[in-house]
Amino acid sequence: MADLHFTADRATAAEQAAIDSALLALGIDAATIVEDERVVRGGVGRRNERRHGLLPGLHALQRVSGWITPGGLNHLCAQLGVPPAEAYGVASFYDLFRTEDPGHTDSVHHVCIDVACQIAGAEERVAELEAAGHHVHRSPCLGQCERPVAVFVQGRGGEDVVPIDETEPTGSGSIPQRYDPTLVLLARVGRIDPTSLDSYVGAGGYKALAQAFTRGPAGVIDEIIASGLSGRGGAAFPTGVKLRAVAAEPGPRYVVANADESEPGTFKDRIVMENDPFAVVEALTIAGFAAGAAKGWIYIRGEYPLATRRLQAAVDAARVAGFLGERIARSSFSFDVEIRRGAGAYICGEETALFSSLEGFRGEPRQKPPFPTTHGLFGRPTAVNNPETLLNLLEIVSRGGGAYAAIGTEASRGRKLFCVSGDVGAPGLYEVPFGPTLREVLDLAGGVDGQLQAVLLGGAAGSFVRPDQLDVPLTFEGTREAGLSLGSGVVMAFNQAVDLAGVVIRIAEFFRDESCGQCVPCRVGAVRQHELLVRTGTRLTPPELVLLDDMDRAMKDASICGLGHTACTAVRSAFSLGLLESSANGGRK
Amino acid sequence: MTDITFSIDGRTVTATSGQTILGACNNEGVETPTLCWAPNLTPVNVCRVCVVEVVGSRTLVPSCSRTVEEGMEVLTDSERVRHSRKMVLEFLGSGVDLSQADGLQVWSERYGADPDRYVEPQKMDEEVKIQDNLYVRDYDKCVLCYKCVEACGDDAQHTFAIAVAGRGFGARISTEFDVALPESACVYCGNCVGVCPTGALQFTTEFNLRQAGNWLPETQSVTRTVCSYCGVGCNLELHVQDEKIVKVTSPADHSVTSGHLCIKGRFGWNYVQPS
Repeated sequence: MADLHFTADRATAAEQAAIDSALLALGIDAATIVEDERVVRGGVGRRNERRHGLLPGLHALQRVSGWITPGGLNHLCAQLGVPPAEAYGVASFYDLFRTEDPGHTDSVHHVCIDVACQIAGAEERVAELEAAGHHVHRSPCLGQCERPVAVFVQGRGGEDVVPIDETEPTGSGSIPQRYDPTLVLLARVGRIDPTSLDSYVGAGGYKALAQAFTRGPAGVIDEIIASGLSGRGGAAFPTGVKLRAVAAEPGPRYVVANADESEPGTFKDRIVMENDPFAVVEALTIAGFAAGAAKGWIYIRGEYPLATRRLQAAVDAARVAGFLGERIARSSFSFDVEIRRGAGAYICGEETALFSSLEGFRGEPRQKPPFPTTHGLFGRPTAVNNPETLLNLLEIVSRGGGAYAAIGTEASRGRKLFCVSGDVGAPGLYEVPFGPTLREVLDLAGGVDGQLQAVLLGGAAGSFVRPDQLDVPLTFEGTREAGLSLGSGVVMAFNQAVDLAGVVIRIAEFFRDESCGQCVPCRVGAVRQHELLVRTGTRLTPPELVLLDDMDRAMKDASICGLGHTACTAVRSAFSLGLLESSANGGRK
Repeated sequence: MTDITFSIDGRTVTATSGQTILGACNNEGVETPTLCWAPNLTPVNVCRVCVVEVVGSRTLVPSCSRTVEEGMEVLTDSERVRHSRKMVLEFLGSGVDLSQADGLQVWSERYGADPDRYVEPQKMDEEVKIQDNLYVRDYDKCVLCYKCVEACGDDAQHTFAIAVAGRGFGARISTEFDVALPESACVYCGNCVGVCPTGALQFTTEFNLRQAGNWLPETQSVTRTVCSYCGVGCNLELHVQDEKIVKVTSPADHSVTSGHLCIKGRFGWNYVQPS
């Protein structure tokens, strides 16, 4: 491209082939690229037209070369018309992309050091793998908290894998309730073959979509509003209201499944996507039908290789069978789904950061308003929901919003998935109708293993709970009244053997590492918070407690997005509940 | 354009629709600290020093980008506003060299920012980059306001030689792979230097004079003239000290330049004062 300047570095033949083939899969082919064009004609919009190919192209380059080489980046940038400095800014934003030559050609073992794995011996696992000669990268939560210590292997030249998926796929230990006939959201998990559309249809799959066509888009939205369904990602926004707002905007509109599940302690969407991928695709199709969307996107975190493969296979099979594409199932509705893989950034689970990432920019959140319902993906009206929320649509459309609303409590309708981990008898994914208390959910998971010291509710962005607070109902209203947050449904138990100070310090480190760096309160505040806790070992003097409070208030009030707003919440709760008496040495006491 | 009636600190005011809260505050004479905002750049609302309270809003809002709405109640000096502005200035002061950031000291004092509350805080910790005869880049002074990136990119030059790279506290303004500026796409227009609010980017002339302890803005005269290189008509401001041009800028509100120049207008003045 005449408009761009490149260094002299050239891509190898293998890099060119890998990048070109990744872009071709997106419909960006050489024919559209060689055309002699100058961005002057189309302005910024024209320049950014192919930019969404950046993340897939970077994945291809990382895989073939083990890092983002200058020559490879130049080739990718030339193909997409993206300035190399900007592409480097994007590549260096993500954990899964190396922008320096690693000096070896081996795969890299990412070992989770976040809380559930930390207390299960993450550092010992790191030492073992290093002793065995592996290259180890300490990783934030890998979303396998029910089976610590989590490991994800980033291959070079081959597929990324989660080793335990090869020997012990989920559907077994991760879902202790499986085969329970009362399950609804998890009814198919472990019962169907997740790689077979026939198996899914045989279990009642795609009946909900047929029902949706009968009800019509407005009818579907009416049922969702009547159901009282609210988002399960943490913000609890009414799903029907969101879809109706998007449907009312001019097209093209989009629906997005936010499968960038990265909240420490959360693994529900992974298990659903791995075991019931067609359900996610069908539910997204229903959301797209309701919103009048032209297209659906699934943004899935990069550390979920099995879920990504199963979802991709499901999308492909659904398209072949006519459940995606032009005039779905002989209706007048046309809709398709594209899957995009994240690359290691907690912030990309924030919906506007997700848009930036998918569009090929740094995964930085945007100031709201404007909201995604008017200015979302590619600037178009967009409804974003996570897979768990979407899953509920199948039930709502099939049985009607009224029947759905009869389950649960006044302000929390339907069923909820809880990710129970840490010191419990049977860590795993649990489904309950809204209503049970924290104690009841812990009991469901086999009770606390040992004597309870504290529970982390809602993840790293949530709050600690003391053993004398276990009667809080795990509903939106119940947790709100108690000054807590349900978050993404994380219930992580710590017994008396856990060094809670080490856990709190790790949570602070998590936010320090995951802040995108865009706004000052979060970029600096998250660092200062962590420094203070490390330096003091969490034993704070009164002026230091004031400082912590000062930082918390500024981050809550002045940060751009929810990451900064909640970066102090769990830490502050540990202090206010008086949980921090022990010395901080990490792991077990 | 319709009129919007709302209030600032309890006073009923009128603004046109689409105007930002900051714009309205400026019209009303309500002083507001800004860092990443500039009149000739698109607001990126990242520094958060201009935040105000909008009654009913859960969090504070950036006045530089939030537009006024009918009936909005804006508070610019509430305890929450003062606290967040103080903390933003304190956070910046704890990690960045703000010694040459114009105006920030006054605001830091007003809000009582105390960067010394932090013990051994991590700093930017960057080497000064001198890679050519025109610019000096000292990222110890960088507050990541994105202004240089905007001026290099969509807002002015469309050269895209620099971008934000890395993440979190490790984020830095960088060329691709941090290659030296002469090897990058940089065309040396100097517009990045022109918008830098903290002296992280400096013209070599200014940097050398400062190093020698001889940068004396109070003795400088500023003469406005028209660039003689082509027919566009860019206005130049020649900053002259001891009978020598030491810096060239352009007024941000100038209809031709919007404050931005090219390499010739910015640096091509040596013929005026042959050595």
